[in-house]
Amino acid sequence: MKNNILVIGGGPAGLEASSILSRMGYNVILAEKEKLLGGHLAKWDRLFPDQVPAKEVLNDMLGRMDGVKCFTETKVNSINLLENSYNAMLSNGITVLADAVLLASGFDLFKAEKKEEYGYGIYEGVLTNADLEKAFQEGKKSSPAPRAIGFVHCVGSRDEKAGNPACSKVCCATAVKQAIETKELYPEADVYCFYMDLRMFGRHYEDLYLRAQKSGIRFIRGRVSEVAETAEGRLLVKAEDTLSSKPLKVTLDRLVLMAGMRPSKTGHDVGRQLNLSIEDDGFFSAKDGLQNLQKSKLPGFFYAGACTGPKTLPDTLHEARSAAMEIDRYIKENFRK
Amino acid sequence: MIYEGKKKIWAEYQKEIPEDHYFYVRSCIRQSFFPASEATFLDITRNKLGKDIFETEHHTTCGGIAYHSDAIPQETAMTIIARQFALMHKYGYENYVCSCITSFGLYCETLETWREYPELQQKIAENLWKTCHLEFAKPKFLVHASDLIFKYRMQIAAKSKFKLVNKNTGEPLRVVEHIGCHYSKMFPSKGVGGAEYPYVLVGMVEAWGGQIVDYPERRHCCGFGFRQYFIKGNRGYSLSNTHKKFESMEPFKPDMIITNCPGCPYFLDRWQYVIAETEGKTYGQDGHGIPVFTYEEVAGLVMGYDPWDLGLQTHQVSVEPLLDKIGIPYDPAKKYLGKNGKYLGEPEKPHCLK
Repeated sequence: MKNNILVIGGGPAGLEASSILSRMGYNVILAEKEKLLGGHLAKWDRLFPDQVPAKEVLNDMLGRMDGVKCFTETKVNSINLLENSYNAMLSNGITVLADAVLLASGFDLFKAEKKEEYGYGIYEGVLTNADLEKAFQEGKKSSPAPRAIGFVHCVGSRDEKAGNPACSKVCCATAVKQAIETKELYPEADVYCFYMDLRMFGRHYEDLYLRAQKSGIRFIRGRVSEVAETAEGRLLVKAEDTLSSKPLKVTLDRLVLMAGMRPSKTGHDVGRQLNLSIEDDGFFSAKDGLQNLQKSKLPGFFYAGACTGPKTLPDTLHEARSAAMEIDRYIKENFRK
Repeated sequence: MIYEGKKKIWAEYQKEIPEDHYFYVRSCIRQSFFPASEATFLDITRNKLGKDIFETEHHTTCGGIAYHSDAIPQETAMTIIARQFALMHKYGYENYVCSCITSFGLYCETLETWREYPELQQKIAENLWKTCHLEFAKPKFLVHASDLIFKYRMQIAAKSKFKLVNKNTGEPLRVVEHIGCHYSKMFPSKGVGGAEYPYVLVGMVEAWGGQIVDYPERRHCCGFGFRQYFIKGNRGYSLSNTHKKFESMEPFKPDMIITNCPGCPYFLDRWQYVIAETEGKTYGQDGHGIPVFTYEEVAGLVMGYDPWDLGLQTHQVSVEPLLDKIGIPYDPAKKYLGKNGKYLGEPEKPHCLK
């Protein structure tokens, strides 16, 4: 008899782990709260550093999902630990008795309207990284073309006032990628990136940064302090240029806020029921941070992806594969003696 | 501008403002700057709306100006404040309303400091007993007088005789609102509407028929900013601040400015004269300035008070064009007559500002 594995979350981590576990011979049940699988990946247009279409990556993953029972628009209403398995009641009325559970609930984007001074939801020209990706996906091009566009890094990240001192890890590379794509779309426009410091740590990320500079994108080291609207409906942006130690004011048509990663509410709803430990940053605490990144303190309950902190897509996929291996080892050690 | 977005933020920053029974504390400078504003507040709240607003001649300055100028230490300012609160308690009140924004900010700062450092609160309570033999108490509710007028804005609208509307065009007047920095910039949750998109004055203007102008330098300091003005060598900064604001609001063609701070209306009003004299530039229509009002003055105008009883003749920028625009009657011959009909004398007319 096949062991049941419940995967919570149908983003990249959940999809990758599910397809691997299914191929290992497990009976995998995946619950995804949204209508479509793919998580944030499904809402993204192209991916850094190579601008690979997100759709291609997602389609590859979805193509390996045969054999996995996927329930979309489905939440975990309740979950509890029995003697050596988990009993989960899903919102579609199905009850799952699982020998192992993988939490792949990912992250929520920081609500950019919380940074009130940036005017998201107040001024028409202020949008988020996710809004811009959606516009790219839809092939929208503004007419008349914007004359000047700014990107604000670290919105809701590395910001104690916003309740999140941690780095969201992907925003710098995303901002540089989006700035390049914007410049390609509107070659005549002035494009600015307001950053604290650029964390281009991954392979080819520096190449992306160099490409952005060569294309004329201006990098200003300093945070935006406030945004207001001019009589013409443009955005007056105040910032500090910490390299020249001067305040600056620039009038833009668009301002893109790099909303960071916050713990997923869905994940918390599950974690609360099992009393899973959470760290100060709000993300789940792994059993330990070196050798047992995919394990929780509970037997048979595993993590993958951004539910334990901000991660890039490659990191997330590595964790998903690692989690699948950990689950396989756990099942073999506990159920197939 | 997405108005609904602002409404969402306003909904998050609502403070509890009791309807009635307040201990009122005046400002130490407003009676000189805007001599009828506090009297108008008391007349509206007590006599027109029937509220219980108590004041005593025994209260003093809050010490704010001395504190912000580093002339007195924090503990001294806190003991002065403890005495004010003790008077409130002595007279049987638990709701405290102050006229001054500097005071309001300092009261908020003091209460927060006491909350964080109970041992300091204990020390201040001891200071209070040693110096004044008064019992230490804290207000249950602390509000600024503009919070109360905001609370009563619909009651005032119901009794209004005029609206903030251009009588010739029927269009709402275009109003710039400016809150004092110490109203909510230090403690956003203590102000109606928060710090970035404060609602306290917006709510009044909307209730009385006007339309708010959102201009880029809306958040900028009026030009008072203690160290900019009190230190003589820094006064250029003060003027620069005000100049920056007027340059920013000019394209929006505002009809008037409403404020809730002692310093803001003073500096926004008086520096228009200096800008006119030094640069020959005026920001209102036909060589006039943009008139600047306290919220009590605006409340008084819509309720039909005589403009000269509101002290509007003490403003630098002439208010007559706005009164004409709204259709508020006034007698030019009485402009410089005191309450007893005595001629007060007329100021010299500036050359560049009508």
